[in-house]
Amino acid sequence: MAVIGATASSGAKTRWALIDIVVVIYALVPVLWIVSLSFKTKETLTDGNFIPRSWTLQNYRDIFNTSEFLRALLNSIGIALIATVIAVVLGTMAAYAIARLDFPGKQLLVGASLLIAMFPQVSLVTPLFEMERTLGLFDTWPGLILPYITFALPLAIYTLSAFFREIPWELEKAAKMDGATPAQAFRRVIAPLAAPGVFTTAILVFIFCWNDFLFAISLTSTTSSRTVPAALSFFTGSSQFEDPTGTISAAAVVITIPIILFVLFFQRRIVAGLTSGAVKG
Amino acid sequence: MSQTAERTADTPVSPPAKKAVSEGKKAERKLGLWLCAPAALVMIAVTGYPIIYSIWLSLQRYDLRFPDQQKFVGLENYVTVLSNSYWWTAFGVTAMITVISVAIELVLGMGLALVMHRTLVMRGLVRTVALIPYGIVTVVAAFSWRYAWTQDTGYLAQLFAPDSALLTQRVPALAIIILAEVWKTVPFMALLLMAGLALVPDDLLKAASMDGASAWQRFTKVMVPVMKPAILVALLFRTLDAFRIFDNIFVLTSGAQETGSVSMQTYNNLIKGLNLGIGSTMSVLIFIAVAVIAFIFIKVFGTSAPGSDDGRKR
Repeated sequence: MAVIGATASSGAKTRWALIDIVVVIYALVPVLWIVSLSFKTKETLTDGNFIPRSWTLQNYRDIFNTSEFLRALLNSIGIALIATVIAVVLGTMAAYAIARLDFPGKQLLVGASLLIAMFPQVSLVTPLFEMERTLGLFDTWPGLILPYITFALPLAIYTLSAFFREIPWELEKAAKMDGATPAQAFRRVIAPLAAPGVFTTAILVFIFCWNDFLFAISLTSTTSSRTVPAALSFFTGSSQFEDPTGTISAAAVVITIPIILFVLFFQRRIVAGLTSGAVKG
Repeated sequence: MSQTAERTADTPVSPPAKKAVSEGKKAERKLGLWLCAPAALVMIAVTGYPIIYSIWLSLQRYDLRFPDQQKFVGLENYVTVLSNSYWWTAFGVTAMITVISVAIELVLGMGLALVMHRTLVMRGLVRTVALIPYGIVTVVAAFSWRYAWTQDTGYLAQLFAPDSALLTQRVPALAIIILAEVWKTVPFMALLLMAGLALVPDDLLKAASMDGASAWQRFTKVMVPVMKPAILVALLFRTLDAFRIFDNIFVLTSGAQETGSVSMQTYNNLIKGLNLGIGSTMSVLIFIAVAVIAFIFIKVFGTSAPGSDDGRKR
């Protein structure tokens, strides 16, 4: 019996290993293809080969020598970071209140955030375009940061309130008994305990802001606030008649690097954040 | 535990009990409101107000190229849009992409969820690589698919159709758009389903297999019923998300050969046409369509919205 069990399990292991390899290929092939394109020389770009026949860094040199890409990269980083910080701070405050405090309008806020999470962003593009033109926010950093915060907030509130429900709240009571006000209990006791959840949320929010294309392309008109995803679609080669495939691929690889790093280092946190926020919520 | 505490605390909202609210309770309410106020204000300012403004704009003739001709025209814009065949083509394309891609994602997502949940080897590796499609910038992935399917240069084009430009033909182009959408979102679907999978008690599966249930029976009779709430939430999220498809179409076909979605139409109307009246009308119509989808899911299928108390009772 034991022997049968052992062989079955090693057979099962091989079977799982094969299935795992299918998943790995599924996830990686499109990424490797764009990486491969970015390293190909102009002559071999069209050979359709998965592994470049001759390697070059020229595409990377090209994009880092254009102010267009550097400016877009700066915009992407700046806008995503600022939006993430603000969304996480506001989300933390709201999620704490939702998870811990009893106040009127709580269900309304939860319902409203859910509504926004499902909101068709394109419905906002036309009115925001007109409002931002009137307010002078069109084609500026705040003009993108504001919608990013708005659409990141539901994600932040759900993920964070799920994390906050797991925190041992007796500690807060103990702090209050020692004379701390609710605000002090929040700042001194709960905030440090909540830090891992806040960090996870920050990663998810950053990925969301980093990914956006619709707002980035609709609410900007020049390089002054255009982010990389939007700038990519305006890329041309160094001359008008040159095929931009290589440079677009190189730029695409550059903005994929942070995502790959997040995934490699924080896989557990991201999985925990996405699953807890969305379903147990 | 904390839920029951919250529930009992929620009940005394009736007027007579209100007088008895202690100082501490008052302070708690005040703090709660203050903590939520900034988030609520931002969300109202950036979504609530614009959608109302958008309804107002949709009742105007308002073209930025002819700003002097702005005037109130009632429902004229709605008649214009709803009697326009391009709008209905885009609507049909969006609906078709949504239904087909979500259906494929549900099947593949369930498979991936089972793999991530149950695999005996390389679990960390599988979970890590599965997150790459989820995290990658949609535009980047779309460019990868575009180059892969471009005649002469792409490995997929050479493999499947070396002699024809698939992205310039309607049906193949739509299939490629769906492929790109499915590739990107299967992991997200799988993660949502995996959370539901974790709720299936192992004992129940063991008992079922003792009673002679096959793997398929265990899946349909034990796992799916337990996972039903998670499946519905995942379907709701993905359906609404697929309905706003924009990035993939923009990069892959720019909406040529009638492959544009309603989001593409609205964008083109705004940026190329600068017609705010018509653009806003489309915005309102898309909003209504999404609201109807959400309503059907919540009322007809009984999807419990995540975060609501009903959803948490499990």
